[in-house]
Amino acid sequence: MKLLEYESKDIFRAYGIPVPPTGGVIKDAGKLPNAIKKAGKGPWVLKAQVLAGGRGKGGGVKLAKTPKDAREIAKKMVGMTLITHQTGPEGLLVKEVLVDKASDISREIYFSIVMDRKSGKPTIIASAEGGVEIEVLAKERPSAILKMPVDPDRGLEAYQGRRLAYALDIPNDRVLDFVKMATKLVKVFLDLDASLVEVNPLIITPKNELIALDAKIVTDDNALFRQESLAERRDPEITALEREAKEVGLSYIALDGNIGCMVNGAGLAMGTMDTVSLAGGSPANFLDVGGGANEEQVTRALQIILKDKKVTAVLVNIFGGIMRCDTIAKGVIAAAKKVKLKLPLIVRLEGTNVKEGKAAIRKSPRSNGRPRRSGSPTSRSTETSAAWSTGPALRWGRWIP
Amino acid sequence: MSILLNKKSRIVVQGITGSAGSFHSEQCLKYGKGIVAGATPGKGGKKHLGVPVFNTVHDAVSAEAVDASLIFVPPPFAADAMLEAADAGVKLIITITEGIPVLDMARVKKDIERRRALGQEIRLVGPNCPGVITPGEVKAGIMPGYIHKGGGPVGLVSRSGTLTYEAVWQLTQRGIGQSTVVGIGGDPIAGSTHTDILRLFEQDDATKAVVLIGEIGGSAEEEAADFYKRHMSKPVYAFIAGKTAPPGRRMGHAGAIIEGGSGGHADKIAALKQVGIHVVDNLSEIGETVARTISAAQTA
Repeated sequence: MKLLEYESKDIFRAYGIPVPPTGGVIKDAGKLPNAIKKAGKGPWVLKAQVLAGGRGKGGGVKLAKTPKDAREIAKKMVGMTLITHQTGPEGLLVKEVLVDKASDISREIYFSIVMDRKSGKPTIIASAEGGVEIEVLAKERPSAILKMPVDPDRGLEAYQGRRLAYALDIPNDRVLDFVKMATKLVKVFLDLDASLVEVNPLIITPKNELIALDAKIVTDDNALFRQESLAERRDPEITALEREAKEVGLSYIALDGNIGCMVNGAGLAMGTMDTVSLAGGSPANFLDVGGGANEEQVTRALQIILKDKKVTAVLVNIFGGIMRCDTIAKGVIAAAKKVKLKLPLIVRLEGTNVKEGKAAIRKSPRSNGRPRRSGSPTSRSTETSAAWSTGPALRWGRWIP
Repeated sequence: MSILLNKKSRIVVQGITGSAGSFHSEQCLKYGKGIVAGATPGKGGKKHLGVPVFNTVHDAVSAEAVDASLIFVPPPFAADAMLEAADAGVKLIITITEGIPVLDMARVKKDIERRRALGQEIRLVGPNCPGVITPGEVKAGIMPGYIHKGGGPVGLVSRSGTLTYEAVWQLTQRGIGQSTVVGIGGDPIAGSTHTDILRLFEQDDATKAVVLIGEIGGSAEEEAADFYKRHMSKPVYAFIAGKTAPPGRRMGHAGAIIEGGSGGHADKIAALKQVGIHVVDNLSEIGETVARTISAAQTA
């Protein structure tokens, strides 16, 4: 789960990590006078609170020198659709704007902590060349990026902090401040079960103060059971449908296509999407019904798939291991009946009790006298589904009432 | 021959009395011997599914000489279960549990590496995986046993459960047996990587070819390609899931996410192809591709 900049800065503040004085977030431009009053003497910086990078280039970060400037910027920014290289062409609606006191910058540093999969250790990534996109820097000048693994139990050792500080050319009288700040940032990472804590830029002011000018935290969903403060938070990034799926234990992600997919297992679900695409179709979603799905789960999965109005055909691809094929077949038939399915449904079963499963599908009540088949090899069922989802071939779909 | 597990393996199941642990242990026992003990705190001294249950893994090790552990413990307690098995001297730990915090895995990995550095023989497979099966001999995991065919020339290593079953089934239907099938799991931090398992298959006499199943996210497949180039003489066939997955979205598995411009499908395919690994584009053609080249090799 990604946290917004102001949420991340609130956490930083609670840990004693220096952030700019703030007037808080506003949801309408009318609240601006209070916010700038709270932030202190201008100029101020107004920042669109959306979960995407590249906000500055997209017009989501603006400097206001006077209250009048600030008011005009706020009016434009609240409610605007911000398009950056990370949002896609549809952009993101700006609902909240953060009002911070502007800081004078003499140097910018990049600082982040990520979980390095290869070493299995939290790892600090830092660069004396901050303020740029780290991916760009990584490509163009990888030698400018420093990496330092951190012990997952002990956090950052003071000597590690000092080595980083000297490598980043932190002013001599601020080395200890930097070590403190880096240690606290690592503590945030460990305490929150984060997968990313990023400060870009971490600035040095003309008075040699160190400040986290921006803040980004991404947390590990698997750890929500022990992160009470995060567990109650609604993930703003997922759609209503995705949230509904999550609540019933389904892993669902909406995509752009028209073939609804219901698959067991994340890998097979991705593989099925790829096969649909290879066959010339376009998947409407990723949906993993999980290993222990029953009739109720299958019904809910089908309901969720069908709520996406782009869907013109549904492909069920289940490899029955723990979940037996006959159970799945009965679940699918009951679910199709319950949701009064009108779209072509293609069921592909393989695995435990596959004969019984296919027999159950074959015996299911006919609809409109159409022939019923259950696909066998993956390619056949996905290719057929792809074909069925387009044009006049649609009427040849197999209907399960 | 096989890797990791064989007829002589002696397995303790941690969490054997829980519902998932109980169901799957029973399935494993039906498939073959292997499980000789269970461990559940507070249930020591009882028998479950015909095997003795102990309060601690240490007790199971001293009473039943177990050398492998299969873990079904729920996510909040799974890291502790792995640390316990490691401390008890279990050589192979297979963790099925899904949803373990990544930081917990970082801590477990650190402990295992420390033990290795001290000379302890220890290996972790998983978490969030279907387990390990040496077909015809022993099954330690949640995979359906009957889809496999024993005594065969093909080893499989995979990040995904049902996708592995799919590939195994395609091989079995074409009469191609498997030496060992290893699920390494879909989490960002895994006990064993593709590379670790490739290394074992390369050393195993029974394994003549390997199927590698990967997915988007991380760089494990790229590292496997590098290992193949340097150290492998046996042919490797690869399928990578997630070509159509959008960046930034976690596709079910915690590890299956394209982030920061890395972990994408195209990069992985390019890395594998470049070193001469056979890449299969369509998942329904995995078995066919392997069958074709194996029979060609036999007639040549």
